[in-house]
Amino acid sequence: MATAAVTRPGSRDVAAPATLRVRRARVPRAFYLFLVPTLVLFTLSITLPAVMGITLSFTDSVGFGEFQFTGLTNYVALFSDPAIRASYAFTIGFALVTVVLVNVLAFLLAVGLTARIRAKVALRAVFVLPMVISGIVIAYVFNFLFSNSLPQLGQAVGITALEQSLLANPDLAWVTIVVVTAWQAIPSALLIYIAGILSIPGEVYEAASMDGASPARRLVSITLPLVTGYVVINMVIGFKNFLNAYDIIVGLTNGGPGTATRSIAMTIFSGFTGGDYAYQMANATIFFLIAVVLAVVQLRLNRGRSAF
Amino acid sequence: MTAQTLVTTTPAQVTARPRRRFLGRGGEDRPSRKTTLVLVVCSIAVFLPLYATLTMAFKTTAQSVDGQVFSLPSPFSVDGFVQAWNLTNFPRGFAISVFVTAVTVVGTVLLASFAAYAIARNWDRRFFRWSFFYLLAAMFLPFPVLALSQVKLTGMVGLANPVGVALLHVMFQLSFSVLLFTAFIRGLPEELEESGRLDGAATWMVFRHIVFPMMAPMSATVAIFAFLASWNDFMMPSLITADSTLQTLPVLQNVFQTQFSSNYNVAFASYLMAMTPAIVVYLFTQRWVMSGVTQGAIK
Repeated sequence: MATAAVTRPGSRDVAAPATLRVRRARVPRAFYLFLVPTLVLFTLSITLPAVMGITLSFTDSVGFGEFQFTGLTNYVALFSDPAIRASYAFTIGFALVTVVLVNVLAFLLAVGLTARIRAKVALRAVFVLPMVISGIVIAYVFNFLFSNSLPQLGQAVGITALEQSLLANPDLAWVTIVVVTAWQAIPSALLIYIAGILSIPGEVYEAASMDGASPARRLVSITLPLVTGYVVINMVIGFKNFLNAYDIIVGLTNGGPGTATRSIAMTIFSGFTGGDYAYQMANATIFFLIAVVLAVVQLRLNRGRSAF
Repeated sequence: MTAQTLVTTTPAQVTARPRRRFLGRGGEDRPSRKTTLVLVVCSIAVFLPLYATLTMAFKTTAQSVDGQVFSLPSPFSVDGFVQAWNLTNFPRGFAISVFVTAVTVVGTVLLASFAAYAIARNWDRRFFRWSFFYLLAAMFLPFPVLALSQVKLTGMVGLANPVGVALLHVMFQLSFSVLLFTAFIRGLPEELEESGRLDGAATWMVFRHIVFPMMAPMSATVAIFAFLASWNDFMMPSLITADSTLQTLPVLQNVFQTQFSSNYNVAFASYLMAMTPAIVVYLFTQRWVMSGVTQGAIK
C-alpha cells in the first residue's frame, strides 16, 4: 500500500481539471484517510498474528523466551499424535452429522414457512429466535435439561439408554452437542432456504399443479432441484462454522467425558497451558489450511451459482 | 415472557379463523391448517429450553432442586434474580458487555462504511481493489487459528482487557461488513455525490451528508450483526481478557458450573438476564436480522 500512496502524491488539488489523463482524475486524499487506518489496524490485529503463528509453528517455542527453528518437527509429530487425530475425527464427524441434520430440518421448515399458512410472520420470527441467543448460555440450559429432565423422561418411558445422562456417556455425549448446535444453527440456514424458495417463480408451480402434480411431487421435482445452489451454499457455510465448535461444547461437556468430545479449537487452546505452544501453532496452521480449502470451494460455488 | 405469549397466541389464531373459507376456491389458495399446526408443534422445540429457563428462574432454591424442570414456580420468587445480581456482580458485567458491544457496533459501522466508500468509489485503482480482497480474506480465517498469537500480542501491548476484545470484535466483523457496504454503495447513484462535489463539498462532507444517510438500511443490518456477534461471544473475551473481574456477561455464567452449581434458580435467573437483551433487540429488529442473513450468504 505504501507504493500506491507514493505513486499518487499531492492529491490535494481535487478540482484540478483532468484534461490530460482523461478518465483518471486524482483520488482525493480523504479516500486514503478513510481506508488506510483501517488497513493498518487490520494488519496489526489479524495479519500479524497469523504470520507470527505460522512462523512459530516451525519452532520449539513454549510461548515466551528463546526458541529455535525446528523445521517440520511439530508437523511430523502432529500427524502421529492420537489426541490430535481424535480431535480432528471428532470435529469433522460432528460437523458432517450436524450439517446434514441442520439442512434437512431447515429445508423442511422453509418449505412449511413459505407455504400458505396462518401466522406466517410470527412463526418465522419464532424459528429465527435461537440465532440471537448466546451459545454458551443456551448450552448451560441444555446441560441442565440433558442431565435432569431427559433421564427422568427415560425412566418414565422405560428407555434404559436415556436413564443416565447422555453427557456422561462417552459414546453418546456428541449427540447432545449436535442437538444444541443444530438448535442454534437452523435459523440462518432456514432464512437462506426461504430466500431460495421465494426466488422460484410462481408460474412453475402453477404449471405443475395444472398438470396434476401432488404437493409432494412438486417438492421433490421443482423446489428441491431449484434450490440446489442454496443447499450447497448452506452446507459449505455450515460445515465451516461447525468446524470451529467451541462455546457449546464448553457449556455441555467441556470436551468430556475424558476427551471424547474435544474439538480442534479446544486442542489448539490447550497450547496456552501445556507448554506445547509451538506445537499447537502447527495444529492451528493445519486448521487454517483446511479453512482456506473450504473458502476456495465456497468462492467457486458462489461464482458458479450467481450465473443462473 | 414473549416466548409464552407467542406460544399461546399462535394456536389461538389458528383455531379462531378457520371459518373464513371460500367454497369455490381450489385447495391452493386457502391457508393450510395442517401445515400451520405442524409448524406450531415444531416451534415447541424452540420454546422448550426458553420456557425451562423462565420457570426455573422464578422458583425458590428449594423448589428448583426437586427435578421438575417444567413445573410452574410456586411460590413465585425473585430470590434467584437478587442472588444472581450479586453473585455475578451483574451491574459491572452488564456495563462491560454494553461497553464492548457499543464500541464494536459503532466501530464496525464507521470503519467498514469509510473503507467501503473509499473502495467502491475507487474500484478502478489497484490499491483500493486489492485492499478489498485483503480485508475480505479474513472472513475465511477462523479465530482459533489466530487466538494463541492474539492473546500474546494483546498481552504485550496492554490490551488484554475489554478494549482489546472490542477491537478484535471490530476486526473480525470488518470483512463481512465491508462486503455488504461495498455492494450497497455500488448500487447508489453517483450523481448525487457529484452534485455535492460541484458545490465544493469535500469528500468527507459528501460522505457525511449524502452517502452515509443513504446507507442507513445497510448500516442497520451491519450494526445488528455486530451487536449479536459481540454480545453473545464467549470465546474471545474468555481468552483475551486477563482480569476475571472485567469479563462480559456470557463468560461470567461459568460461575454456576464451578462454585454455585446447586442453586439452579440463581443460575437460570442469571442466564435469563444474560440472554434477554439480545432477545429484546431481536424483537425490534427482526426484519433487518432476517434480510441480513440472506444478503450475507448470497453475495
